Amino acid sequence: MSENVAEGPSGLQIHPMDQFVVKPLFGGEHINFYTPTNVTLWMALAVLCVIGLLVLGTRGRAIIPSRVQSVAELLYGFVYKMVEDVAGKDGLKFFPYIMTLFVFILFANFLGLIPMSFATTSHIAVTAVLAVAVFVTVTIVGIVKNGFGFLELFWIKAAPLALRPMLAVIEVISYFVRPVSHSIRLAGNMMAGHAVIKVFAGFAGVLGLGAVAPILAITAVYALEMLVSFIQAYVFAILTCVYLRDALHPSH
Amino acid sequence: MEGELILLGKYIGAGIACIGMGGAAIGVGNVVSNYIAGALRNPSAAGGQMATLFIGIAFAEALGIFSFLVALLLMFAV
Repeated sequence: MSENVAEGPSGLQIHPMDQFVVKPLFGGEHINFYTPTNVTLWMALAVLCVIGLLVLGTRGRAIIPSRVQSVAELLYGFVYKMVEDVAGKDGLKFFPYIMTLFVFILFANFLGLIPMSFATTSHIAVTAVLAVAVFVTVTIVGIVKNGFGFLELFWIKAAPLALRPMLAVIEVISYFVRPVSHSIRLAGNMMAGHAVIKVFAGFAGVLGLGAVAPILAITAVYALEMLVSFIQAYVFAILTCVYLRDALHPSH
Repeated sequence: MEGELILLGKYIGAGIACIGMGGAAIGVGNVVSNYIAGALRNPSAAGGQMATLFIGIAFAEALGIFSFLVALLLMFAV
């Protein structure tokens, strides 16, 4: 994606997609599956931050928590309540998985917002792996828990009999579109926000020192992006809970 | 000549694809406005529906993101 230059007659050069290019960390051209790239670096940093907050932060196990420990406890309680409310009591078995997803995506999103960093979650390859993992897990859980009863998810008993075959087709399609929309929602949101910031940065580059309006716009979009980062991580986790509830109780 | 025609089609197509994002905007606005209308009628029930609100927003928004993705693909990948 290096030739995508929108070049206007005024010398305006905007490269909104260049920030998403995957580069090897230590030079070289060819990227193998084991090559350390900027994606690997920022994902590893996200994991390190999660470990720092949740493992090292709560190590003291103080009765009166320190600042880091109370943040970690808040995060834990937040996700626990979400899983309990949406997926139900028997969904709590999968709380560690959903907590992992939520915290990893949250930290990857927020680390991607640091200037000059790399937003790993803006790549569909990254989010697709997460979404397909959720899809496979949920399908296996549903089949193991309910056997053939899992198919009731597609055969809606509440609907009139004549409508059911048509609804079944729609339900099957929507079931298999789940990983697509699940992954593209996160990647698209992150990519769109970062590209918008880059476009305004291009305006600021042309205007030079008088670029007050683009800089204000960047600040505003940045604030919005911080909100979006959190909401998208939340939405990813809560949709996982919804799918899990469907798998555990397919009949309603 | 033919290459320019293809380029023209790409850009027009990308612009048309972005109309879909307006649809998503209407959808998200609908979800939130109805939520607020309901929340003002019965504020005590509002907190419990927060998760549903976000799920609704996410579903409505995804389709706008799809059209944005089509526009991006037309601009940079086709």
